Amino acid sequence: MSYDRAITVFSPDGHLLQVEYSMEAVRRGSTVVGIQGKDCVVLAVEKRATAKLQDDRTIRKIFSIDDSTVLAFAGLTADARVLIDRVRVEAQSYRLIMEDAPSAEYLARFVAEIQQKYTQRGGVRPFGIATLLTGLDPPNQRPVLYQTDPAGTHSRWKAQVIGGNNAKSLREFLEKQYTADLDEAAAVKLAVQALMEVVDSGAKTMEVCVVRTGGKREMLSESVVQSTVQVLEQEQQAAQQQQQPAE
Amino acid sequence: MSMFGMEPLVIGDDILDIGSRKAVDRYCGNKAQIGLSQDLLMGRPGAFDVPNVKDPALYCSSHFRSTCGTGDAGQEIKFAKGTTTLAFKFNGGIIVSVDSRATQGNYISSQTVKKVIEMNPYLLGTMAGGAADCSYWERRLNLQCRMYELRNGRRITVAAASKLLAGTMASYRGYGLSMGTMITGWDETGPQLYYVDDDGTRLKGKMFSVGSGSTFAYGVLDNYYREDLTLEEAIDLGKRAIYHATHRDAASGGINNLYHVTKDGWVKIHAIDVNDMHYEFEEEKRNEMSS
Repeated sequence: MSYDRAITVFSPDGHLLQVEYSMEAVRRGSTVVGIQGKDCVVLAVEKRATAKLQDDRTIRKIFSIDDSTVLAFAGLTADARVLIDRVRVEAQSYRLIMEDAPSAEYLARFVAEIQQKYTQRGGVRPFGIATLLTGLDPPNQRPVLYQTDPAGTHSRWKAQVIGGNNAKSLREFLEKQYTADLDEAAAVKLAVQALMEVVDSGAKTMEVCVVRTGGKREMLSESVVQSTVQVLEQEQQAAQQQQQPAE
Repeated sequence: MSMFGMEPLVIGDDILDIGSRKAVDRYCGNKAQIGLSQDLLMGRPGAFDVPNVKDPALYCSSHFRSTCGTGDAGQEIKFAKGTTTLAFKFNGGIIVSVDSRATQGNYISSQTVKKVIEMNPYLLGTMAGGAADCSYWERRLNLQCRMYELRNGRRITVAAASKLLAGTMASYRGYGLSMGTMITGWDETGPQLYYVDDDGTRLKGKMFSVGSGSTFAYGVLDNYYREDLTLEEAIDLGKRAIYHATHRDAASGGINNLYHVTKDGWVKIHAIDVNDMHYEFEEEKRNEMSS
């Protein structure tokens, strides 16, 4: 086990450039939106167009980690695969040793710990992914939303966007539109609305997953997503028409 | 990660390395497992020195074998599970009742051993077998429980605590550890009682008795145990069972230490010399005969 020089070292003004560059890699990834509702968390991901000959059922962006824990990432797909497998093993180890399901916070902390370790070891580069992880909170079994980033931090969010060039403006959009205690339909609608700012309209370009209190989770069918998209488009058109007479 | 069947020992260069981060890292580094969470590393040993012989496992198992069960090798220091400890669950919580005698062969080395290890205000462990093994590993378990609490912001469950201990025992299998313990406490799933021993056995149950006097204690317990005992009845049962075991088993005696595990933690109920109990029960018998 020999290390060459460390890849992640401090710059003179206190930056870890490799970590910041890996955040750039995250920005090049496709967008993921997470919304915390009253009794659910919604994860919506942008599905980028795949090559004609590629079977797009093999391109997955939302992964299940454990019974009620779901993870979506933005950034380098191969890095994500490795990290996700580690978390899956850790979740099962936890179940074996603790005889209990791991909480979302525990798993998010685990992902963050790994991501941090790779910023402080010789011969390795940081993971080029940020994740949005949703799972249950032990006392009341309500789903919560956590985010991790390549620097190895993890934090809980009510609504968050990772990946894509417009993450910052989308976050501002969510800050304006988010209200507490959204019911499932409203949370789904808000997530789809946020995604629609960055993707071409249509259910084919997005994938939506909902995790509910008690641990039930569901990948929403294309038809449900499509109907939400249609409703939003109609509302947008109506809003535009209302503005016109004023001119 | 695997809890069992891994290379358990790394011979440390420096005795100060034992249990240290350096030793753990070296161990983990050998396995190139960068991604192990600190919580789950808890089941692994640090670096321990072993006897400086060719085959430490054989040496330990042939020299330190317990006299209870598989027989011993005629060595000077006899590790006998010469004791009586018991614990049972009832509607009012858990009663833990133990004796306090330590023997080395025929020599009574102490009559005042604390066989209930107060790990923390809500977890108790009992001691049977090698006193040092029980005491050390249960205090080590307490360290792990505390780390869990600090990392996760809530108390560890009794199931998980007993599992950590059982995993540790399993990884030292064949190295001559001698420990038969009951881990008990009250967590969010209610009162829990687990039996853990030195070959990694872990059993969940309502009633256990461990040690050379356990057969006598079981006789009394099985006769009078009911789930709906009142607290006084349960305390009396725990007391009586230990008394009868110490009366017939030479390796048990001394003082009966009795604890009650409640929702708010454990409480020590009494510490009564079993000789005094003898006269108390004699008196009782006499009174019953005359009435």
